[in-house]
Amino acid sequence: MENALTKVQLPNGLQVMLKEMHTAPLISQWMWYRVGSRDEATGITGASHWVEHMQFKGTPTYPAGMLDKAISRDGGIWNALTYLDWTTYLTTVPADKINLAMQLEADRMVNSTFEPDEVASERTVIVSERQGNENSPLFRLDEEVQSAAFRVHPYHHEVIGDMADLESMQRDDLYNHYRRYYVPNNAVLTMAGDFETQTMLKRIRKLYEGIPAGEQPPRQTRPEPEQSGERRITVEGPGETIFVKAAYQAPQGGHPDFSALTVLDSLLTGPSNLNLFGGGISNNTSRLYQALVERELAVSVNGGLQATVDPFLYGITITVHPDRSAEELIAALDDEIDKALQAVPQKDDLARAVKQAKALFAYGSESITNQAFWLGFAEMFDNYEWFTSYLDKLAAVTPDDVLQVAQTYLRPQKRVLGIYQATGNGASNG
Amino acid sequence: MAKALKERHLGSIPGPDDVTRTELPNGIVVLARGNRHSASITLSGYLPAGSLFDPDEQLGLADFTASALMRGTSRRDFNALFDALESIGASLGFSGGTHSVGFSGKALAEDLDSLLELLAEVLRQPVFPKDQTERLRAQLLTSLALRAQDTGQMAALKFDQLVYPGHPYSRPDDGYPETVLSITRGHLAEFHRKHYGPRGLTLAIVGGVEPGEVADKVQAVLGDWANPEQPEPPELPDTPTLGTPLTERTELPGKFQSDIVMGAAGPRRRSPDYLAAAVGNNILGRFGLYGRIGDVVREQAGLAYYAYSSLNGGTGPGPWTVLAGVNPANEQRAVDLIDDEIRRFVSEPVSEEELRDSQTNFIGRLPLSLESNAGVAGALLNLERFELGLDYYRRYPALVEAVTREQIMEAAAKYLDPDRLAVAIAGPPPAE
Repeated sequence: MENALTKVQLPNGLQVMLKEMHTAPLISQWMWYRVGSRDEATGITGASHWVEHMQFKGTPTYPAGMLDKAISRDGGIWNALTYLDWTTYLTTVPADKINLAMQLEADRMVNSTFEPDEVASERTVIVSERQGNENSPLFRLDEEVQSAAFRVHPYHHEVIGDMADLESMQRDDLYNHYRRYYVPNNAVLTMAGDFETQTMLKRIRKLYEGIPAGEQPPRQTRPEPEQSGERRITVEGPGETIFVKAAYQAPQGGHPDFSALTVLDSLLTGPSNLNLFGGGISNNTSRLYQALVERELAVSVNGGLQATVDPFLYGITITVHPDRSAEELIAALDDEIDKALQAVPQKDDLARAVKQAKALFAYGSESITNQAFWLGFAEMFDNYEWFTSYLDKLAAVTPDDVLQVAQTYLRPQKRVLGIYQATGNGASNG
Repeated sequence: MAKALKERHLGSIPGPDDVTRTELPNGIVVLARGNRHSASITLSGYLPAGSLFDPDEQLGLADFTASALMRGTSRRDFNALFDALESIGASLGFSGGTHSVGFSGKALAEDLDSLLELLAEVLRQPVFPKDQTERLRAQLLTSLALRAQDTGQMAALKFDQLVYPGHPYSRPDDGYPETVLSITRGHLAEFHRKHYGPRGLTLAIVGGVEPGEVADKVQAVLGDWANPEQPEPPELPDTPTLGTPLTERTELPGKFQSDIVMGAAGPRRRSPDYLAAAVGNNILGRFGLYGRIGDVVREQAGLAYYAYSSLNGGTGPGPWTVLAGVNPANEQRAVDLIDDEIRRFVSEPVSEEELRDSQTNFIGRLPLSLESNAGVAGALLNLERFELGLDYYRRYPALVEAVTREQIMEAAAKYLDPDRLAVAIAGPPPAE
């Protein structure tokens, strides 16, 4: 039974995935809902994230503050994350303390009250969260790049939402969003750790089978029209440091090209770490580090693909060298991208990318929390087999595949180029 | 069932029966613990070559030296070093601190020997090549430029200057732009020659490895290292006592949120009241969603996304602080609320329920904090650095349970005198 995956769907549609493993006396529980910022219409941007906050504000059975205190008392960790496509609630606790976390999770699928005064006090907390983000040049640049990349698709706005909506949204907007999407047939419960699968399954059935299925929530599908020319945007703001972000229209996580693009990313900017826990490695031998940092045009470069439901972006973020301009940097970046568009990569370089991915996987697998994360995360944009076959898929990528995805996705016509133009320490532009 | 669980639970906590501690003839201490479930290893350690040794005019020298170790050795240049690391998916990095330089790395278990060989090479034979040193300098200066724009970092930097006047803790380990500009390659080489050596070097290796073999592996690459010149770490002067509350505000135009850091110097890690202070700190600003501070500032007043407290005692008396990020219009309100909480914290014992909650939190979270190889390695280094004893984590539950409400109040009152707190704020000018 150990390390075997059990996948069950309850009659109400709740999908359950259990991975029994006895490496540490811990259990990690994640409840995933297929709702994220892409499910928000103009006027309620940020609703999914705000709902996530309200899920800690109490139900008639478990009042506000109960959950965080109860889990902390047991020495557990808890958190929640809202993303473009999904929202998830995680708890990792000593194995003999999982019951309460399970009861709370089932309870708040249905019974959160969204008290108006709690909504009001959370409004200012979230506005503060957004203002904290706005202090960061890279948040401001990312937000503008993302909105320039998506005119039609709801990936247009940041997860935190637009300030105008954070100021105007009302309690019922949030509550309706919650009731619409928080139904068992729109959720995946994943658990990994020190339990006996059949016993755990019984407990889950008992907690969830009484919750009726809801109407299947809609998923906004407004595909982004094909981009037919480079878009450039500039953000001005305080500081002395210039940042450049190149964001290319990229395929979704489940797309057959995703693996080859992952290898290409590894060659260009070093291996991306998709684990939430486990840490990454340096990228000093990657092509863009060599071309930009070693030639003193930049002081750092990072890249990354996101595994999303619909096509999103492949982003390259560069911190420009203090003695250089954005234009000099962009010219050097383009030279290197051109090479990727023209030359077939070496087979050895591909083998190295696979070895790096293998190491990152080993680092991430130490953590039971990370194991339970992968069960659900992969399910959100594809399915768990995506994860278990990941290394094999990377190993199967050929040099020609890499050239082909470069030519498909890395053309300048398919990108947004964003520049954070620093206006100095005294200047104000906010 | 309950018994079996408890035994497994204990088995996951490092102790004398599963941690191997070896002192090599040249003074290097090696700690090792196996993890049969892991296909990888973590290597972490430190040596006493921190910014305490920096002259004021070259502040940042220790940090610069640590970062420059991997820029080239007498055997391999920058690219060859990182090719060796990255081609096997391994990592190794150094970071400068006040008392010591820390390092940590990861590799697949099969690559431990390669990682150790690299570590020894960069520790012993760095050459600080000219071009790489200049590239690194530009990176360090960029970090400092970003620091100057970061409200949280600027508030913390000002806070240290307020609380530790004339003390080494008032100085940022990464220096200032002008001091980093004044550092030459000669300074780096000299700092390395003098301060890097086996004495005080401590190394923990955890993961898919036979712990009995680890010391021999380290001996093979670092066993013949000697440096008779290595100085004793300088004595820390006493922490200055503040006469009155001090407040300083740093203006960063164009920002949207202000960061607040308030507090005072706290206990050393080895101080007898450290654990009482730590449990108290958990009640003050951590437990659940940020303890009492989070409850008042975030949950009740809705002023901040984050508002919590932090106890940073280490080798010396690091700061005990409360931190919050707020809208500039709410700075004073947040400071007043935090001030009220600190006054209550130092004058009334915490409740029995609060104490019990934080005690079970400290004890219960041990397995989770020791789940990963990196978590265990960090825990082993703490055992050595603070001379806690290999059985410390096994004794820990009893130590935590022995903390009393009175001890917490005494520790709080000793360190957090509400009439002598420092308050540092960084945010946009008031008009914005």
